[in-house]
Amino acid sequence: MPLFFDENGSSFYDFLMSRGAAAPPPPPRADVPVPAHAGVPLFSHGTTVLAIRFQGGVLMAGDRQATEGFQVSGRRLEKVFKTDSYSAVAIAGAAGPAIELARLFQIELEHYEKLEGDVLSCEGKANKLAQMVRGNLPMAFQGLVVIPLFGGYDLKRREGRIFKYDVTGGRYEETEYHATGSGGKDARDTMKQLYRRGLTEAQALRIALEALYDASEEDVGTGGPDLVRGIYPTVKVITDAGIRDLDERQIGDSCRALIDDRRERT
Amino acid sequence: MALPYYVSPEQMMADKAEYAKKGIAKGRSIVAMEFAEGVLLVADNPSASLHKISEMYDRIAFSGAGKYNEFEMLRKAGIRHADLKGYTYSREDVTAKSLANAYSQTIGSVFSVEPKPLEVELLVVEVGQDEKPNELYRISFDGSIIDERGVAVIGGKSEALMTFLKSRWTAPTISLREALKLSVEALETVTNQKLGPEALEVAVLDRTRAGRIFRRITSGEMRALLNSP
Repeated sequence: MPLFFDENGSSFYDFLMSRGAAAPPPPPRADVPVPAHAGVPLFSHGTTVLAIRFQGGVLMAGDRQATEGFQVSGRRLEKVFKTDSYSAVAIAGAAGPAIELARLFQIELEHYEKLEGDVLSCEGKANKLAQMVRGNLPMAFQGLVVIPLFGGYDLKRREGRIFKYDVTGGRYEETEYHATGSGGKDARDTMKQLYRRGLTEAQALRIALEALYDASEEDVGTGGPDLVRGIYPTVKVITDAGIRDLDERQIGDSCRALIDDRRERT
Repeated sequence: MALPYYVSPEQMMADKAEYAKKGIAKGRSIVAMEFAEGVLLVADNPSASLHKISEMYDRIAFSGAGKYNEFEMLRKAGIRHADLKGYTYSREDVTAKSLANAYSQTIGSVFSVEPKPLEVELLVVEVGQDEKPNELYRISFDGSIIDERGVAVIGGKSEALMTFLKSRWTAPTISLREALKLSVEALETVTNQKLGPEALEVAVLDRTRAGRIFRRITSGEMRALLNSP
């Protein structure tokens, strides 16, 4: 592979696009009828991912199930990706392009950091992600919608921040919590009831798991805790100390406690 | 009509080499040294922001001596090469060998084709995974590539530095503190001046870390390391 001199920018995404990689397919022609199965996409989709702010930062969580039409196509999918030491992206939508977007975004941040010798600001990362979502717009018109959720710790402001996106690359900051994906609304309803200002990390975890549990009950595309196989939601916490995965055992214990509480209530 | 003049290829290459060597000789030097947990890079560089040592990929570091604008351009091109390769294939497929080869090709063709050669010397260093040996490649201004063992030196005083270090460096089992002390002593000896932590740029590829193992050593940390018994 040669070296590349003709590029002056610090963006790996722009570099890749300038080389004609990942060009979107041409838009569908109006005179070609839409296939009959168009209502039931044949790619993996259906998800609930969420982000919630607490005192020390932001907590992000997601269910593990991948759905393909009416079938479960994966049980252990990771939907929350570490993108650098102080940020993560949770993905919803068509799994293929969504996972690709998260991977490309991770390289984008690392590339910038190496070329510039400096890390992007939290806001800068969120804006770059918006441009990348906008780049996916031609695919979105064909049903391959990708909606990420960005969570990061802002080292200047010393607080966690959450950004949500729409298909056009619109970027909106949320000050409390947000959830997206097919079960996003159900998760938001739960968080709306339980959210208070100044949560501790443990409280935020409990609310996140409650919200994911409700989403899995109401939405067929969202998987609940799998006690048989021991598969639980994945949770990442971003604070001034950086990003870390919550221990699977701790999440499992919290899930079982939550289920016991609910059993008592019914 | 002006008489077309003839210069023999030997003479032309010799002139270019002399020109490049002169340019590099003006610059400061950089030492790369294997130690027990990886590779240490020490540059005689008083600037805190204009780096001569840089992270290239997970286990690969880059260092350039000579003309800043030229090695900076090469550094950026190399990072693009590494990131594109890692994105296209896999992170473990990015190797110092392939990077060093790409540098050698580019610098070599500039040396023979362009009127002005690049006044740079580069080091591409990779720390081996799972007991594999480390790799230290030195790329010269004419594109020649040298596979070094233990210690590699580039920049103005490289010959004197190498002579000094060859007699003092023992084995890749020395500690980070010993390696740092030896590197600083070598740079101080050849430059005939005391080099405090502020006058040095230091980084390590640390085998004990996971993922991206490149780490800069701050002047505070350096002072603590050098002063510890």
